[in-house]
Amino acid sequence: MRLTVNGTEHTLDELEPEMPLLWTLRDVLGVHGPKYGCGIAQCGACTVHIDGQAVRSCQVPVGDVWGDVTTIEGLGTPGAPHPVQAAWIEAQVAQCGYCQSGQIMQAASLLAEVPEPSDAEIDDAMSGNLCRCGTYPRIRAAVKAAARAMREGT
Amino acid sequence: MGRAKTIARRTFLVGSVAVAGGVAFGVWRMRTPYDNPLMADLPEGAAALTPYVRITGDAITLITPRADVGQGAVSVQAMLIAEELDVDPAQVATEFGPPDRAYWNTALSDEAVPFRSTDKGWLAETARDVMDAPMKLLGMQITGGSTTVPDGYEKLRRAGAVARETLKAAAARLHGQSVDRLGTKGGAVILPDGTRLRYESLAAEAARTEPVTDVVLRDPSTWRLVGHKMQRVDIVAKSTGRQAYGIDEEQPGMLHAAIRLNPAQGAALRGLDASEAKAMRGVKKIVEMPGGVGVIADNTWRAMQAAQAIKCDWAPAPYPTGMEGHWQALAEGFTPERQDSRLRDDGDVEAALDRAADIDVEYRAPYLAHAPLEPLNATVRYTPERTDIWTGTQVPRFVQGNAAAITGQDADDVHVHVRVAGGSFGHRLEDAVVRHATHLAMAVPGRPVKLTYSREEDMGHEFPRQIAMARGRGRVSGGRVMAYDLGIAMPSIIASQMGRQAIPTPGPDLQIVAGAWDQPFAIPDYRVTGYRAPALAPVSSWRSVGASTNGFFHDCLLDELIHAAGADPLEERLRLCRHAPSRAVLEAVGEMSGWGGALNAGQGRGIGFCLSFGVPCAQVVEVRETGDGLRIARVWVAADVGRIVDPVNFEAQMQGGVAWGLGHAMHGALTYADGAVEQQNFDTFRSMRLRECPEIAVRGLETAGKIRGIGEPPVPPAAPALANAIFAATGQRLREMPFDREVAFVG
Repeated sequence: MRLTVNGTEHTLDELEPEMPLLWTLRDVLGVHGPKYGCGIAQCGACTVHIDGQAVRSCQVPVGDVWGDVTTIEGLGTPGAPHPVQAAWIEAQVAQCGYCQSGQIMQAASLLAEVPEPSDAEIDDAMSGNLCRCGTYPRIRAAVKAAARAMREGT
Repeated sequence: MGRAKTIARRTFLVGSVAVAGGVAFGVWRMRTPYDNPLMADLPEGAAALTPYVRITGDAITLITPRADVGQGAVSVQAMLIAEELDVDPAQVATEFGPPDRAYWNTALSDEAVPFRSTDKGWLAETARDVMDAPMKLLGMQITGGSTTVPDGYEKLRRAGAVARETLKAAAARLHGQSVDRLGTKGGAVILPDGTRLRYESLAAEAARTEPVTDVVLRDPSTWRLVGHKMQRVDIVAKSTGRQAYGIDEEQPGMLHAAIRLNPAQGAALRGLDASEAKAMRGVKKIVEMPGGVGVIADNTWRAMQAAQAIKCDWAPAPYPTGMEGHWQALAEGFTPERQDSRLRDDGDVEAALDRAADIDVEYRAPYLAHAPLEPLNATVRYTPERTDIWTGTQVPRFVQGNAAAITGQDADDVHVHVRVAGGSFGHRLEDAVVRHATHLAMAVPGRPVKLTYSREEDMGHEFPRQIAMARGRGRVSGGRVMAYDLGIAMPSIIASQMGRQAIPTPGPDLQIVAGAWDQPFAIPDYRVTGYRAPALAPVSSWRSVGASTNGFFHDCLLDELIHAAGADPLEERLRLCRHAPSRAVLEAVGEMSGWGGALNAGQGRGIGFCLSFGVPCAQVVEVRETGDGLRIARVWVAADVGRIVDPVNFEAQMQGGVAWGLGHAMHGALTYADGAVEQQNFDTFRSMRLRECPEIAVRGLETAGKIRGIGEPPVPPAAPALANAIFAATGQRLREMPFDREVAFVG
């Protein structure tokens, strides 16, 4: 089995193909950005991109991964953050921060598809990502700020 | 009063001690002789000082002993130290202190004395000071009760100031300068000729310098950090996936573990068949322990799969198996024998209500999960000589003691490394996960074991928010509220929680009536009675503790009476209110929301108010009927915390607290069937989602005097404000949470 994560290709012949991508990333490859929160696609903390599409990595068996995987670590770095990450920093969205990797990956996927989302589109795209701290007002503001920045940057 | 006050103040003694490579500044332990300590002569590691600032040849480290569970505690604590130390919080390292008695939390005692926080009389103040002593003796290094800021407000700034002045004294001696000609800026002492001496370069000399302890704290008008917008020190890491939490712990040779606990929380494991699990891939060991069984494997997923494959024979629950039994126990709790407190008893309520009351109602609040998004976890390495624990906890000293009791070691041989936590809301005041991880680690000496609860095991063994019931009566006359009688029945949260730490809790449990007896209203005949129901399911402190249920009961009853009187909800609350900061927050939300203005059909606004943790907080919630159900359109919230240390964090905590209070009032409940929690994950235990979240306008006031924390006070007024708004919009009174059992919300 081959798996490309953040541009690095891994060979995983020793793994059961039914192991969720989330646990493969976390416990086998040591990629800790995607978080375990529920295991049943109810919280979104494990969200990663497969070929740019946001998916819940707790629900994707590693053997079924159909493309390149990008995690929050591969989206941007502290020195060179993705525009969505930059907007999250500027708006100081995070409290505990545990859900935010998933929120950011979800938002980045939304803005790649819909550069100017309406409020309703933001609500629809982001409501599968649970935040127990209640950072929602700042998430909304950061998504809009990121959309503006991405439009102006292109 | 004088003596108690003096003792409390003097225990804030700040000093310094030499450490490897430099110097540390911090507080001395209580009862340590401190008039002439030969600090430089203390052998390394034996220092009686626990540091807040450590400066060595290559680093400045600020030590922030209160856990960061998302509330921004590290940033706020670092800000307080840095304000006096003259360093940029973003340029220095921060770490949590090890468990130590000297990191006592004096502010917690405020909530343990039977005086209203608005009571500034000498008796109340003395009682608060005297309560400090047992807090210190228990060594309560606890993060909770919104106390991080009040507790650290003076101590941390003083530590920073002592460090700064001692560094200046060291520089003066090294360079033959007079101290008063030296300045400090950006982590350096500045000589008169402009030469910058980095603090790190002065560490060795500072360690040999008598600490300068007669410091004067800077006037708030000169502050450059406190009270100003600041970037949280963790914001970049948390926005780029680089923040490591307890669940991300990596140790060499680490194994992974999962657990199965008796679904009837606290009941025994009578027997098991692990033959299938033992044969599963990656499984190293099956470990029985009190109340459950754990699996050690080579990764978490394999451990969780194997744990599911164990067949267990569980003993029955020690509490009622279904909800009917829980509610019945509360309903039967309103008796003189079960009366726990009657701290509010103004006028003559019995006489006022001897005829039929105008309002006679019952309220209910369910068990609730804390459910921080990071599931409980702990990594433990046991060897016969020492045990190391890595975990996100609010109670490191309890963790240390309880692990030591399991391993049979001295507490000093158990080393707790506090990790950043992915939320808590009170959940990490419990330490069962560490006890379980310790049992697992002892099965593989020398190998670190990381135990991660599945969400289902976590939510199924929550130590949830207390269930509670209230009965309210009252009379109105001439457009005014004249008589108010509220009885509240719940099991004792504190007895349940402290009982697990073997700490006795004599006397009444003030949490049974917190947020109700202590409200700043003057009603001619006014009574609040607490009834201690028998222990039911084990319960624990949930964001805002007793006030999380009692704020709902107290304010809804008041609102019902105001409506019965035909008065305006804001005007009548203001007329009854006798506490200036509370009046100010009520007036603030009135002004912010344009209270009294015309609304469209199907719109309704409700006010909620609660004074909790010394902080008055008022909210106006606006709801709108849509074809698909009710929508919470907007919220206005104001609170007075005495002084706002970090305006960004203040706003975030206020918005988060409102969302927390509203979301659980709409949807949240844990229920028991056959002794087990029925909601085991976020599909059935619901809270607020982004699409339900209203605009939340925040205002902070700074008139109340004593500085207070803001983590909890926004929670209690949210549920009553929503219930009162729904009544205003629909005419329907909701007296039981969650409200979605009776009304539909747009979702």
